[in-house]
Amino acid sequence: MSGPTRREVFLMTGAAMVPMSAIAQATPRRGGILTVHFATEQRILNPSLQASTGVYIVGGKIQEPLVDLDAAGNPSPVLAESWESTPDGRAITFKLRQGVTWHDGRPFTSADVQFTAMEMWKKILNYGTALQQFLTAVDTPDAHTAVFRYERPMPLGLLLRALPDLGYISPKHIYEGTDIRQNPANTAPIGTGPFKFVQYERGQFIIAERNPNYWRQGFPYLDRVVWRVVSDRAAAAAQMEAGQILFSPYSSLALADMTRLARDPRFEVTTRGNEGNARTNTLEFNFRRPELADIRVRKAIAHAINIPFFIENFLGTYAKPGTGPIPSVSTDYYTPGSPQYGFDRAAANRLLDEAGHRRGAGGVRFSLRLTPAPWGEDIALFATFIQQSLAEVGIRVEVVRLDAAGFLRTVYNDHNFDLASGWHQYRSDPAVSTTVWYRSGSPQGAPWTNQWGWTDAGIDRVIDDAATEVDPAKRRALYGEFVTRVQNELPLWMPIEQIFLSTFNRRMRNAGNTPRWASSSWYDTWLAS
Amino acid sequence: MKLLLLALRRLAASLPALVLILVGLFLLLQLAPGDTVDALMAQMGGGDAAIAADLRRFYGLDLSVTARLGAYLWRLLTLDLGFSAIYGKPVASVILERLPATLLLMTGALFFAFSFGMALGVIAARRVNRWPDTLISTLGLIFYATPSFWFGLMAIVVFSVYLQWLPAGGFGDVAMGFTGWARVWDTATYLVLPVLTLALIFLAIALRIMRASMLEVQGMDFVRTARAKGLSDMRIVARHVLRNALLPMVTLIGLQAGTMLGGSVVVESVFTLPGLGRLAYESVVQRDLNTLLGIVFVSALLVIAVNFIVDLLYARLDPRITG
Repeated sequence: MSGPTRREVFLMTGAAMVPMSAIAQATPRRGGILTVHFATEQRILNPSLQASTGVYIVGGKIQEPLVDLDAAGNPSPVLAESWESTPDGRAITFKLRQGVTWHDGRPFTSADVQFTAMEMWKKILNYGTALQQFLTAVDTPDAHTAVFRYERPMPLGLLLRALPDLGYISPKHIYEGTDIRQNPANTAPIGTGPFKFVQYERGQFIIAERNPNYWRQGFPYLDRVVWRVVSDRAAAAAQMEAGQILFSPYSSLALADMTRLARDPRFEVTTRGNEGNARTNTLEFNFRRPELADIRVRKAIAHAINIPFFIENFLGTYAKPGTGPIPSVSTDYYTPGSPQYGFDRAAANRLLDEAGHRRGAGGVRFSLRLTPAPWGEDIALFATFIQQSLAEVGIRVEVVRLDAAGFLRTVYNDHNFDLASGWHQYRSDPAVSTTVWYRSGSPQGAPWTNQWGWTDAGIDRVIDDAATEVDPAKRRALYGEFVTRVQNELPLWMPIEQIFLSTFNRRMRNAGNTPRWASSSWYDTWLAS
Repeated sequence: MKLLLLALRRLAASLPALVLILVGLFLLLQLAPGDTVDALMAQMGGGDAAIAADLRRFYGLDLSVTARLGAYLWRLLTLDLGFSAIYGKPVASVILERLPATLLLMTGALFFAFSFGMALGVIAARRVNRWPDTLISTLGLIFYATPSFWFGLMAIVVFSVYLQWLPAGGFGDVAMGFTGWARVWDTATYLVLPVLTLALIFLAIALRIMRASMLEVQGMDFVRTARAKGLSDMRIVARHVLRNALLPMVTLIGLQAGTMLGGSVVVESVFTLPGLGRLAYESVVQRDLNTLLGIVFVSALLVIAVNFIVDLLYARLDPRITG
């Protein structure tokens, strides 16, 4: 049969109507319930205690950070109105917003900031403990001023880029004198944000409603936000189509479903609003294997894998070749021109021959075990692609698949792997969660750190210098040097750059308008009728 | 009194098996790489080693395996199921929250599967080798051979996405906040598709067993006697054949109640029902040992209870069998 079917005609007219209705409804409409896909239930919802997208997607609407990122990706004031650093970077002063109240009616003051920073960020919050390790005290000269005092210089740029994720404030009067990890408010958060926590039914849903006393006058627009716990990806896609879910964040649907929904005029599948959550795919080498400790073998492996081919055929337009540990979305620290290892099978074979690994029986030079991380369909696909690519140059690869707990234990604690592949999350500044992949001295068992059995004193020094360099230009130069050095040494390879995908129902407005929108507070988001 | 004694004897006979299962599962999970802190680290997206050590102390994982197993069994003696790592509250209350969805799903599916399975089996046996029999048997084969997740997803695509008759998943409309009968009706609409999906495969089994057992009993001497007595056809089927043919069906219910508890992981995931199956899956992935052992414990008790009821039914259906 030729010509469009009735359904296609219907869909086409729908597509033509979308922009018109968008224009017709340019003025925000108050009310409505935003239903959100919540794929992985978390143990706690308080972002001052756990830095992960699974917590921000809920807790980020109820609690607020000192600063967030604006549309251009620059730090913008939230609970802090302004900030300044002393020239030596040892004291950073935040002027706090006045007239802000917690959801239980108590006023928000500098005491809350002091308590959260000293008791939560410095002691419990993942990545916070490393960031604030040299924080010695938070002084509170008055109720609306907080002075962070550091033992070693803290670059203001680093702190401001880290705080949108690692700077959420919790109420001191709820947590003081309690066992913080067991506090009931961890799953029933009390914050200052646009939405007030109402109910959490484990395995089913979380509800938050409009905060009538929100400090941004006239906001939020939405009456309620409801997170629906849907762990099955196919079921989540069906619920989006049935209108039961309006927004699915962080690439939580199957790639095939997202491709299908992207063609449907009712939905938008986009990287917009996730620029602050860039990640790179990794290939991690275990230097305890003598073959892999040889730089020629590592380079040969990189040369043997056709990254553009893999991206084009498996990941589509949402990924691009990566050039190193700092992704191109990082406008401040991205360094083009570092050493690259393009697809060149002849070079790979030559390097392996030079390293003394001649082809034996069946053309096999040696065998390796590859352990892919279980999160993300792309990692599983990439593992298979690596296996097939390396077979072409005579390296036999056995893929060992494990679940999340098993993967972390096997790779980062037991070091029982040859190759591993997963994601590196870039969190706005290389010092937050990038350089730990390269800095030596991480205790055994710390996930996503240098557990490769590889050290380079020169690279360690650059990392340490950059972490305390207060001059932005010098910092940028140090990270340029860092990227060049690690690309030369190749202790691990980060060949693909991706940004999480959001699937929006097109009724959503002001959605995806900041670089970490899915994690942000959604105070200005509204629903068209 | 006799009934109570019987119940107690049953329970006493099941206790050693229960303890063996719990200890075995505990040890088996020690073999899985990683613990609940590793799972939490994966969820958090990282953290340093000091945090991990701190959390291991918090969850009591710094003790030896034997010490933890001993402590667990000791607590079990006082009917304390322990504390859930992922939910941060007592395991007993976590399970209690999840029990209604699983029980509704299980009883609904069992009821549907066995009532319809019985009816279809009787019809097929009465019209053996004619078109109703062929049709019913073919349908049964299709239901039996199709995986339930596929049925579930197809049901969602047809009834929720295209026709929009029924909700695609969940356990009641969370936004509307229904109470009373409105809530019962609302919950029922959410249960239709999962119950049907879970029931189909068991329906297929039930109808095949029923058909075979009807055919077998129909050929027996006492049926010929009844017919010779001049009893009506209806009466023979209802009073003589059906009652005797039901025994294997009742056995099947006892066996499948247990299977359904476990088998609902798939259906609960596809329809996002907050049941025990999903909880068990989550507990394995997150290495939440206490919750998992608690679920096994409660499921075992449920299976023991169902089998006890089945035994009583036997005695009722066939007076020759006594407890």
